[in-house]
Amino acid sequence: MSGYEPIRKVISGNYAAAYAARDARVQVVAAYPITPQTSIIEKIAEFIANGEADIQYVPVESEHSAMAACIGASATGARAFTATSAQGLALMHEMLHWASGARLPIVMVDVNRAMAPPWSVWDDQTDSLAQRDTGWMQFYAENNQEVYDGVLMAFKVAEQVNLPAMVVESAFILSHTYDVVEMIPQKLVDEFLPPREPLYDLADFSRPFSVGALGTPDDYYEFRYKIARAMEDAVKVIRDVGKEFGERFGRDYGSMIELYRTEDADFVFLGLGSLMGTVKQAVDVLREEGYRVGAAKVRWFRPFPKRELYELAKTVDGIAVLDRNYSFGMEGILFTETKAALYGTDAHPLVRNYIVGLGGRDFTVKDIRNVASDMMKAMEGGETSEEILWYHLKRG
Amino acid sequence: MAESPFKEDIERVQKEYSEKMTLGAVAVIPGSSVVNKTGSWRVFMPEFNKDKCVRCFLCYIYCPEPAIYLDEENYPVFDYDYCKGCGICANECPTKAIVMVRETK
Amino acid sequence: MEVPDEIKKRLTLPFEEHFYAGHTACQGCGASLGLRYVLKAYGRKTIVVIPACCSTIIAGAWPYSTLDANLFHTAFETTGAVISGVEAALKARGIKVKGEDGVMVVGWAGDGGTADIGLQALSGFIERGHDAVYIMYDNEAYMNTGIQRSSSTPYGAWTTNTPGGKRHFLERRHKKKVIDIVIAHRIPYAATASDAYPEDFLRKLKKAQKTPGPSFIQLFAPCPTGWRSPTDKSIELARLAVQTAYFPLFEYENGRYRINMPSTKKDPKPIEEFLKLQGRFKYMTKEDVETLQSWVLAEWERLKKLAEVFG
Ligand SMILES: Cc1ncc(C[n+]2csc(CCOP(=O)(O)OP(=O)(O)O)c2C)c(N)n1
Ligand code: SF4
Ligand code: SF4
Ligand code: SF4
Ligand SMILES: [Mg+2]
Repeated sequence: MSGYEPIRKVISGNYAAAYAARDARVQVVAAYPITPQTSIIEKIAEFIANGEADIQYVPVESEHSAMAACIGASATGARAFTATSAQGLALMHEMLHWASGARLPIVMVDVNRAMAPPWSVWDDQTDSLAQRDTGWMQFYAENNQEVYDGVLMAFKVAEQVNLPAMVVESAFILSHTYDVVEMIPQKLVDEFLPPREPLYDLADFSRPFSVGALGTPDDYYEFRYKIARAMEDAVKVIRDVGKEFGERFGRDYGSMIELYRTEDADFVFLGLGSLMGTVKQAVDVLREEGYRVGAAKVRWFRPFPKRELYELAKTVDGIAVLDRNYSFGMEGILFTETKAALYGTDAHPLVRNYIVGLGGRDFTVKDIRNVASDMMKAMEGGETSEEILWYHLKRG
Repeated sequence: MAESPFKEDIERVQKEYSEKMTLGAVAVIPGSSVVNKTGSWRVFMPEFNKDKCVRCFLCYIYCPEPAIYLDEENYPVFDYDYCKGCGICANECPTKAIVMVRETK
Repeated sequence: MEVPDEIKKRLTLPFEEHFYAGHTACQGCGASLGLRYVLKAYGRKTIVVIPACCSTIIAGAWPYSTLDANLFHTAFETTGAVISGVEAALKARGIKVKGEDGVMVVGWAGDGGTADIGLQALSGFIERGHDAVYIMYDNEAYMNTGIQRSSSTPYGAWTTNTPGGKRHFLERRHKKKVIDIVIAHRIPYAATASDAYPEDFLRKLKKAQKTPGPSFIQLFAPCPTGWRSPTDKSIELARLAVQTAYFPLFEYENGRYRINMPSTKKDPKPIEEFLKLQGRFKYMTKEDVETLQSWVLAEWERLKKLAEVFG
């Protein structure tokens, strides 16, 4: 680890995202306001206004156009960035496919927010997880520092594999909560993240080309395969970039699942994002009370860290999957993915699903203790409730 | 002119494409549509009578393919590899130097 | 090929071709001809953005390309937004846009992709003032999906979702004057153009190139397949549309309207001359024709007044 002097600031998760975009030297930002994303784009506008950043800012008329403009910009060789939440992300859906299909390394911050109706502006992971199959990589930040680091790493990974990446943070819990963030001096960021070398560039006229033409059944299939392969290759790139980040800046992201006190654990909590900060606290408490538990935070949901999950699953008897999201007609989305990743392997932990915190409902250390005792009961083969537990449900 | 400036590359790149797909569906041969010989669509063909032609270029201007180019003497030349036989040139020719006749091939 | 002087003098369009044969447009397609003209005007240093429409197919299936210019295919409703992003990136990179030697950013979209689903992105593009040219080729229906009506389809037209039939279920709304919406933005330059008048169209394309900020051109582009018209009549129809004042040629430049030749020349021909060559109008009753005729003339009078007052 190099002995550099970080720039410490107490900032919100949204400001961390904006600072990271600035430090990544993004060239084009096209965005549309939505709570709780707004302070990201406001901050970027402020950087431009103050002459702190040289960015073409396109104040588009919708999120659909935000992504479309980022696509145009990225296809023209620029480093493009946007941010949104919930309804805005859903409106972008069509263009998310376009970005990955055209192999454009756009980076977007999604501030997780519940989908309406009823209207809600609070934390919920369903908006981003519903974009699972669009060919975007997804990084979930636990805290403001990870928002900052995540954006920088996302650009580096995206530009290596030619796929877009989403950095996800929680509504209010991170977006509007202030915390210390160690930012990296520009010169060092530049060394970590050199200027983009695009796969193609619409401003290069030496040999005209077209992008995204009709693909017949004879060709389309192979283009999909290429994206599938790029996603798989991204696993190694993500780990390498995460490791390099650690070596340069002291915070290691070499693994796609972060393990916390899992060594001798009987079971672990598995989850995404800011939720896992609370879980780690609870793990400390539970450990003191004699539970042998740990926490496993899925940093990258796409590509899904199948291998790392398997390695973990081999060492534990149970996995309590905490989903702040739901796929109607099935179950929590991370729960599905977890089981699918372990299917057919020799790892057979008990996997249970806890639906928690939807629409920003508080999920506290006390709640985690309750989940732990339910989990212990289940593992001991005792009488437990159903496999998918709607933990907070007000019954009757 | 219906000839791609990169005509000589087309065969080579066609082979390359089948072996190695480009990322992002990038097509890198400008004007490579010339591999499609759309002349086979034709039912009526433009028949040109040089004696009547006043070299006004209207046929050249209005051909949507384009399948008409000009020879050294500025007369229109019909590229039957690509002419779809729409008849616009005949309809627009002010001197009736072009008539549409049923294809005989 | 060396172009002889004599030709250079007589040929009023650039000889250079950046649109190639072998494309799969229907016979007599006005859209393909229009795109050929655009590339003649702007040459190779052009970034063309095409949304879902017939031109998606005309431009060639992978790995082929009809164009000798850079082309980005995009989603149906996004032309205005994508050209905005392209322009922003060029500026971010310090590349000159528009003007004599700048890169031309061109959106080439159908009437459906412009007047209907893409209207919002078009509005955003104009309102924000990007240096790019948006060309709507107007074939008056959704042709690529099989001739469904759009808001640009004229009164009385048959389409596959206004099929006439026993209940006389034809298009019952007049053609949306999308250019009026464009002008409501006080755009620096907007114009109508027609496949039949390539010199006028090229002059307008050049003007769009020179005028800083956004430009919009609505090109009347006949579609024999969708209009049920003989393939050799495409240019004649484009001409008749102008001569009947159904589709007058005019420009809006810095707040001033100017009606262009040949729309200025004579009184409009009867609309029947335009209608009778097209199968899509064959179900119209006498009253339908009268309704359309009086609408055409009323709109024509309105335009003349605008040109008078704001000329
Ligand atoms: C979001 C979306 N809705 C519908 C379509 C289907 N679609 C493709 S092209 C088209 C019609 C295009 O009409 P127009 O813009 O007038 O162009 P034309 O085909 O007439 O040239 C439609 C409806 C689509 N591609 N995307
Ligand atoms: S018939 Fe049509 S395609 Fe053939 S040369 Fe004449 S205008 Fe061109
Ligand atoms: S339109 Fe007729 S007269 Fe004019 S150049 Fe063509 S063939 Fe000759
Ligand atoms: S349907 Fe009409 S617009 Fe489409 S390719 Fe055919 S003629 Fe051209
Ligand atoms: Mg149309």
